[in-house]
Amino acid sequence: MMVLGTLQRLVAAVGAATLGLCAGAGRLAIFAAGSVSHVFRPPFYFGEFGRQLLRIGYFSLPVVGLTALFTGAALALQIYAGGARFNAETVVPSIVAIGITRELGPVLGGLMVAGRVSASVAAEIATMRVTEQIDALTTLSTNPQKYLVAPRLLAATLALPALVAVGDAIGILGGFLVGVGRLNFNEGAYMKNTLDFLEVGDVTSGLVKAAVFGFIIALMGCYHGYFSGRGAQGVGRATTNAVVSASIMILAANYMLTDIFFGN
Amino acid sequence: MTESPTPPPRIALQNVAKRFGANAVLRDVTLEVGRGRSLVIIGGSGTGKSVTLKCVIGLIEPDSGTIRLDGEDITHARGRRRDALLNRFGMLFQGAALFDSLPVWRNVAFRVLQTRPAKDAREIAIEKLRRVGLTPDVADRFPAELSGGMQKRVGLARAIAAEPEIIFFDEPTTGLDPIMADVINDLIREIVSEMGATAMTITHDMTSVRRIADDVAMLHDGVVQWLGPIADLDNSANPYVDQFIHGRADGPIAAVR
Ligand SMILES: Nc1ncnc2c1ncn2[C@@H]1O[C@H](COP(=O)(O)OP(=O)(O)OP(=O)(O)O)[C@@H](O)[C@H]1O
Ligand SMILES: [Mg+2]
Repeated sequence: MMVLGTLQRLVAAVGAATLGLCAGAGRLAIFAAGSVSHVFRPPFYFGEFGRQLLRIGYFSLPVVGLTALFTGAALALQIYAGGARFNAETVVPSIVAIGITRELGPVLGGLMVAGRVSASVAAEIATMRVTEQIDALTTLSTNPQKYLVAPRLLAATLALPALVAVGDAIGILGGFLVGVGRLNFNEGAYMKNTLDFLEVGDVTSGLVKAAVFGFIIALMGCYHGYFSGRGAQGVGRATTNAVVSASIMILAANYMLTDIFFGN
Repeated sequence: MTESPTPPPRIALQNVAKRFGANAVLRDVTLEVGRGRSLVIIGGSGTGKSVTLKCVIGLIEPDSGTIRLDGEDITHARGRRRDALLNRFGMLFQGAALFDSLPVWRNVAFRVLQTRPAKDAREIAIEKLRRVGLTPDVADRFPAELSGGMQKRVGLARAIAAEPEIIFFDEPTTGLDPIMADVINDLIREIVSEMGATAMTITHDMTSVRRIADDVAMLHDGVVQWLGPIADLDNSANPYVDQFIHGRADGPIAAVR
């Protein structure tokens, strides 16, 4: 009898969790669709868009740049060590470039920006929810999704490719510095090797990924902030959930995009 | 299709109910506010006064009942229809709800900026700030740099800036010194008497009630226990009203200790 009761409770709990997940997914889809539609319908809040572009794009440059620099440098060492096992040390420049532009630039850049931007967007919007600023927007005839969410979505979707492009260049530079400084590559040969083997598709696929990641970062920050619980606890939970869900969605989306671009 | 001799009340709530989960906040709220009149809602903390205002303005959708504006049912108005309605309302929130990221004058002029150039809007904002007893140097500060009472007054200036026909004040004098409270009471009275606005005000301050109100509604237990003109407040013969206006701990309103 007791086993049956426990089993019943277990099934009920799994059912409730599944229902909750479906309801959450539905709410997220409606929120995303509504917000995207506001990007294209006037009125447009240019001031708000500019502020977000600065905050999400410009102020993330140091984080993305340093991430790319150290990653490119470490990658050069690893590929040299690995390549040495079958006398293929000369592949270092091209593998560094491909690894950075296709995969590590957008993914690590995206994850770092997720930590920075999703968290601050979620905390900001959740605070506005908790202190009734979002309600106040509504009473002042301003759609909060249009005023708060749409500019952040657009800014992040445009800023991330630009950030990752800069990151790509810095990451390749990191590999170059290690290659020339530690691994005794010739400067000209390293550069030539990099440029000869790098294809346009390597770079553009990474930038498309970056745009998708930017969208995910802003969407998760806004969504968790917008539907935040009440009080300081609600704000804290919104912030954590935004970063965790943005990071996981970036990794999942990265796999899917990689499969679309390069899978057979 | 009956022709009524008198125009319908500006705002009318009929049997409005709202619950949050197991918490039945409004059970059966029925009240009316005439055109150009000032209704004050009194009642204990947590009895749903703020929820009542938010139902009328459309921030919270009631579970049942109807809310009419000039006789028109607006209970479930959404989208463009709600937008058109909101243009006629102004609201001061209990916690002021100022936009942290904008300077004071942009807060006050938020709605005005939607239709007027920034220079005019700023002038209007400074004029409204003056009316709530704030000097022009406050205009360029940010809300976080102001005291609680100053924030409240900026919120009030924002609510009245576009000169709406219907204004809601949620505890306008809470956190103000007695002199400033009097200035605000005067201002609210002036907005109703001289500009012909219709006002609903929530307050715990009996001095304010007597200064602002044409009519008073007493909310308790999710029901309007009494509604009448201010002149009848002292001899309402209603035990809830009596206990409240005299601030007694014993009576039908249980004070949990
Ligand atoms: N969005 C909401 N979600 C859940 N419960 C809510 C919500 N808004 C209000 N409540 C609950 O409704 C009840 C009434 O709240 P309300 O803010 O209307 O009280 P009030 O009469 O304005 O009190 P006070 O005088 O203290 O401001 C409270 O129990 C509150 O917890
Ligand atoms: Mg309240």
